[in-house]
Amino acid sequence: MKDITIKITDREGVLHKIEAPTDMAMNLMEVIRSYELAPEGTIGVCGGMAMCASCQCYVKSDHELPEMGIDEDMMLAEAFHVKDNSRLGCQIPITQDLNGLEVELAPES
Amino acid sequence: MITTDILIIGAGPTGLFTVFEAGLLKLRCHLIDALPQAGGQCSEIYPKKPIYDIPGFPEILAGDLTTNLLEQCKQFEPGFTLGERAETIEKQEDGSFIVTTNKGTKHKAPIVAIAGGLGSFEPRKPPIPNIANFEDKGVEYMIREPELYRDKNVVIAGGGDSALDWSIFLTAIAKSVTLVHRRNEFRGALDSVEKVQELKDAGKINLITPAEITGVVGDNHITGVVISKNNEDEYILETDHFIPLFGLAPKLGPIANWGLEIEKNAIKVNNALDYQTNIPGIYAIGDVNTYPGKLKLILCGFHEATLMCQSAFQRIFPDKKYVMKYTTVGGVDGFDGTRKEAPKAVVKKIN
Repeated sequence: MKDITIKITDREGVLHKIEAPTDMAMNLMEVIRSYELAPEGTIGVCGGMAMCASCQCYVKSDHELPEMGIDEDMMLAEAFHVKDNSRLGCQIPITQDLNGLEVELAPES
Repeated sequence: MITTDILIIGAGPTGLFTVFEAGLLKLRCHLIDALPQAGGQCSEIYPKKPIYDIPGFPEILAGDLTTNLLEQCKQFEPGFTLGERAETIEKQEDGSFIVTTNKGTKHKAPIVAIAGGLGSFEPRKPPIPNIANFEDKGVEYMIREPELYRDKNVVIAGGGDSALDWSIFLTAIAKSVTLVHRRNEFRGALDSVEKVQELKDAGKINLITPAEITGVVGDNHITGVVISKNNEDEYILETDHFIPLFGLAPKLGPIANWGLEIEKNAIKVNNALDYQTNIPGIYAIGDVNTYPGKLKLILCGFHEATLMCQSAFQRIFPDKKYVMKYTTVGGVDGFDGTRKEAPKAVVKKIN
């Protein structure tokens, strides 16, 4: 198991190139939290149940992501600042295939 | 003025368990919560989700955990100020504190325990540029007084339970009810969705989907909303009220200005001793606090609440000798006169 590289643009517009482990059952929201790229309490509020949209991000690279589940889809239907490339970070497990992924955090709401 | 021994801010699992632990020490508690019901996140965000790491419960729904905690502490007769947010705190000359809510309710106690989780739940406001100008002038983020809508035209936006339930409810009061949602599908409970369908078919709810409200129009009071269908077709729908119901999000809020040491949106406490903050007499327990190695788990909140109550007892009664008693040995004496105790052993002689 190897770490993968992810490029994350935070809410201030700063680009971070970080290493994420693929063998820790982490999702993208948890990786962002572990690097403290968004203030505590403003991301992952529901803990990762696709019930708050505080981990919404825009996917900027063309990686193939896991298909959106109904919970995520319905939550995004009520989130703000939603774009076509919006996803909830908590619903994206970190896998080898995501090496080089580029995402941008959506504004806090 | 409400007076108590321990004033708990936040009626989530940690706050509720504090009532039990304080009760064992004969200390009375009163809880303040911004939500209209107890349970915190467990009842507001995920009541139907299972939790697997509550010791002794292989699996329990968050809503059931709340019910159990209320049952466990009920003989200690906690007081509740619900639907109000703790706003200010003033230290008195005698060392006690007065906490006032946003509705002006005053509470006095020698000990304040902040069990506020991620903060008080506030309505999520849609990013419509001029919406702030119309707040309480036809735009309301929660329904406090349904009578306000009698014989009025009302537009509700959202796709969850509150949007559905209020749309249903207001059909009996309002002149017209329009429900706007970005999708044709709704996230709410199935029977609510079916009821809305019924009311739509009966012409009592005007359903506009998939669509979004992108603007608010009016002078002193709202007169209409801009509805956008598929980002193309924009038109103004006349209305007297616009109620965006997009759920609630927690904000640390006024507590952040109480002079407490804050780090990463949480309150720093002394975890080596008693979870007291930098202000003696004010404690912070559960998800709202931080210390080296902190884990935001309900079970950690229970532990913190227990130790905090012991420290609170010593602050209130500095000269009293005290020993911790096991409930199995000492039983539980409620303030309501009830007593729980282990059954006495039956001795029978063998001849």
